[in-house]
Amino acid sequence: MSFRLEPRANPSLALKLAVSLVAGLVALLLVAIPVLFAGGNPFSAYGLIIQGAFGSMFAFSETLNRATPLILTGLAAAVAFRARLWNIGAEGQLYIGALAAVLVGSGLFAMPPMLLIPTVMIAGFLAGGLMMVIPTMLKQRFGADEVVITLLLNFVVILFVQMLIEGPLKDPLSMGWPQSVPLLAEAKFDKLVPRLRMHWGLIVGLAAALLLWLMVRKTVLGFEIKAVGENRAAARFAGIPVNATMLKVALISGGLAGLAGVGEVAGVKGYLSADLSPGFGYSGIVVAMLAGLSPIGTVFAALFVAAMFVGADSMSRATGISNYLADLVVALSLLCVLVGGFFLRFRVRYERRPALAEGR
Amino acid sequence: MQENPIVLSLEGITKRFGALVANDRLDLTLHRGEILALLGENGAGKTTLMNILFGHYVQDEGIVRVGGQVLPPGSPGAALAAGVGMVHQHFALAENLSGLDNIRLGTEPLLRLGNGRSVARRKVEQIIAESGLEVDLDRRVAALTVGEKQRVEILKALYRDVRVLILDEPTAVLTPQESEGLFTVLRRLADNGLGVIFISHKLGEVLSVSHRIAVLRGGRKAGELVTAEADRRAIADLMVGKAVAEVKRTAPTPRETLVEFRNVSLARGVARAPLSNASFELRAGEIVGVAGVSGNGQAAIAALLSGLAVPSSGEVLLNGVTITSADPRALVAAGVARMPEDRQHDGVVGTMSVADNIAIEEVRGKPFARMGMLDRKAMRERATAAIAAYDIRCPGPDAEARLLSGGNVQKLILARVLEREPRVILANQPTRGLDVGAQSEVHRRIIAARDRGAAVMVISEDLDELFALADRFLVVHAGEVTDAGPSAVLDRGSVGLLMAGQSITSPSAASA
Repeated sequence: MSFRLEPRANPSLALKLAVSLVAGLVALLLVAIPVLFAGGNPFSAYGLIIQGAFGSMFAFSETLNRATPLILTGLAAAVAFRARLWNIGAEGQLYIGALAAVLVGSGLFAMPPMLLIPTVMIAGFLAGGLMMVIPTMLKQRFGADEVVITLLLNFVVILFVQMLIEGPLKDPLSMGWPQSVPLLAEAKFDKLVPRLRMHWGLIVGLAAALLLWLMVRKTVLGFEIKAVGENRAAARFAGIPVNATMLKVALISGGLAGLAGVGEVAGVKGYLSADLSPGFGYSGIVVAMLAGLSPIGTVFAALFVAAMFVGADSMSRATGISNYLADLVVALSLLCVLVGGFFLRFRVRYERRPALAEGR
Repeated sequence: MQENPIVLSLEGITKRFGALVANDRLDLTLHRGEILALLGENGAGKTTLMNILFGHYVQDEGIVRVGGQVLPPGSPGAALAAGVGMVHQHFALAENLSGLDNIRLGTEPLLRLGNGRSVARRKVEQIIAESGLEVDLDRRVAALTVGEKQRVEILKALYRDVRVLILDEPTAVLTPQESEGLFTVLRRLADNGLGVIFISHKLGEVLSVSHRIAVLRGGRKAGELVTAEADRRAIADLMVGKAVAEVKRTAPTPRETLVEFRNVSLARGVARAPLSNASFELRAGEIVGVAGVSGNGQAAIAALLSGLAVPSSGEVLLNGVTITSADPRALVAAGVARMPEDRQHDGVVGTMSVADNIAIEEVRGKPFARMGMLDRKAMRERATAAIAAYDIRCPGPDAEARLLSGGNVQKLILARVLEREPRVILANQPTRGLDVGAQSEVHRRIIAARDRGAAVMVISEDLDELFALADRFLVVHAGEVTDAGPSAVLDRGSVGLLMAGQSITSPSAASA
């Protein structure tokens, strides 16, 4: 008796949704084990997480606030991974975007908000984009591995930012704290609701997701990115300019991560510091993978991840169970989704006679 | 040889994939010292049957016996141990290892130091001496040509002292002389008691090398005949189940020159093998066949004419204008139709739809796009028309291209490139791996395009195909192109000699 795998031709949407749902449930079941070990009741722990994430207007606003940069870094990873361009540098691109926002928005120009906010956003987008375009060019010229370059650039960028905020960009009024000069009031994003932290960056993220969805579905660029990502040789043979397309992808991907940095500076903190991002760039990869690289799915995946982190903080305060539970939930969800993807691609057949392997 | 004992028997093999019955109660026997040819169109069940024999698939019914012993189903290890060896159409070689290491791979004992290599080398060299399968054993396989890689594959099987050797389309990459050499080897091996199953599409070869022929059609055995009593026509009809339409070739009327290669060289690196100082012309209304053993410069010619490369020196002129940049789009716009050698790898994006793959070369312009936005409706309309006109068997324009069989992928590419009424056509291995029916369909369309006034270049490793299509022959050897003249004055032997790098006129070469 044995099991055998057969490839599936075209999984239906219903099957895809069912697999995602089952994957989520399995993840929650698995996380219940450490909760039991910690002496907690899984049901009440999950209840508290949900309450902490969505239970009040304030809680929901915090979740959306947390989801905002994750949507943008998630989209950055999704668009790059679709083209098989492995951008692991969203964290650094986020910081460079934030740095550009501070450089342009802290008094270099005096402009009304209508002009200054777009200027700051464009600067952040271009700076982040450049941080991805350069590794992509190195890959094309010298065959350099973009995974290594973008990953290591994260540390270079963060150290560079630290140097600046301890030095030339240091705010003289910060009482010695390592933080940059603040943005002008005209450069800051308005809050969406008075006295709640969520800001216009959320609208930027949602608009970016919508635009990316349109690009993927409806535009020649989206078509060419798909062709280049799925079969580079065939794309080249068909006359699609592979290198130029990859550079466009790099600009968009890095730019989106840069916008995440702009949002954190202009929407939340008002200045640049070395603790601007608790790993939003890396979490963006998880978000994109959870979403199956779908732009619209990225919004929901970002919301899920943000809710877990915000909710786990409040659950932790109530029960004493460590808020690392959120990391566990997110990590196991990703693993379950990846395993689920396997079941989407293959059908498992049960068989009475012994079989070793299925040849293709 | 019918008196020889049976070495392999397949009894009542049935294999279903869902609703599809790939093998339907198939019986097959192979005697010691016999060469059995297995013929059939794509999808006839040959590959499934061989995969069952080799333990890759588990049959639903029936048993496999090797030397009288029943093989446990689904065990490639047991098949190997019983002495069944297979040379696949797609090579299973480690590109980074030498030929010798590939041959040894999987046979060397795990825990032994010392000179296993030299013992192995002696054994392989002896096999080479007996079989004539010349290979540089110390070169990395990645640096070998396709033909050499296949020789390594055959050596690999022979090295394991197999009792049954299965060859899947083994001659696709050999010159006629090399094929003859292989047949001589196979006959000698058979005389020494080896049982050989020879899978092929080429009827001429099957008739010359095999003792017995089994024809599969639709998963069943359509017939089995003794080769000495068989004829070409009858076998072809058995394979497709209906009379095959012979492709009629009209007389060529060559007109103006559309493409000219002037002293073109292309360094190694762009293509696998270099091209040196090639000069030739392609004229409207003429089909030029390029013959040659694979890896002798065909890829370079194809890359130049596909817009993937520009010459290192010399000039390629299209409509009298020198091509200065490697730009497939510009060539497409200038009316060049390009059919890639490896249609699955270079021809289609498997995860994109049939409609996308038909539009892909012209996706930036009208009617498929306006201002950077796709017109999906126009793409689907074109695809629907192409599916009907070219008989592309698929669920519809939105089906992913990876679901199509090889023949239907080729029809998709034909639909993509011929719909524009191209002036120049590059058909690189246009029917490799296609069944007889699809082959004659492709041939008919190529000849029709030539009659319409297109200049056609056909690059093929199948000499039968070239003689069926070409009005004039070019032969490549070691990067040099020889104009062999009109096909009417050529025969297989003389082309074969040119492929081997000898000139037709030198009489001493004829002994090769």
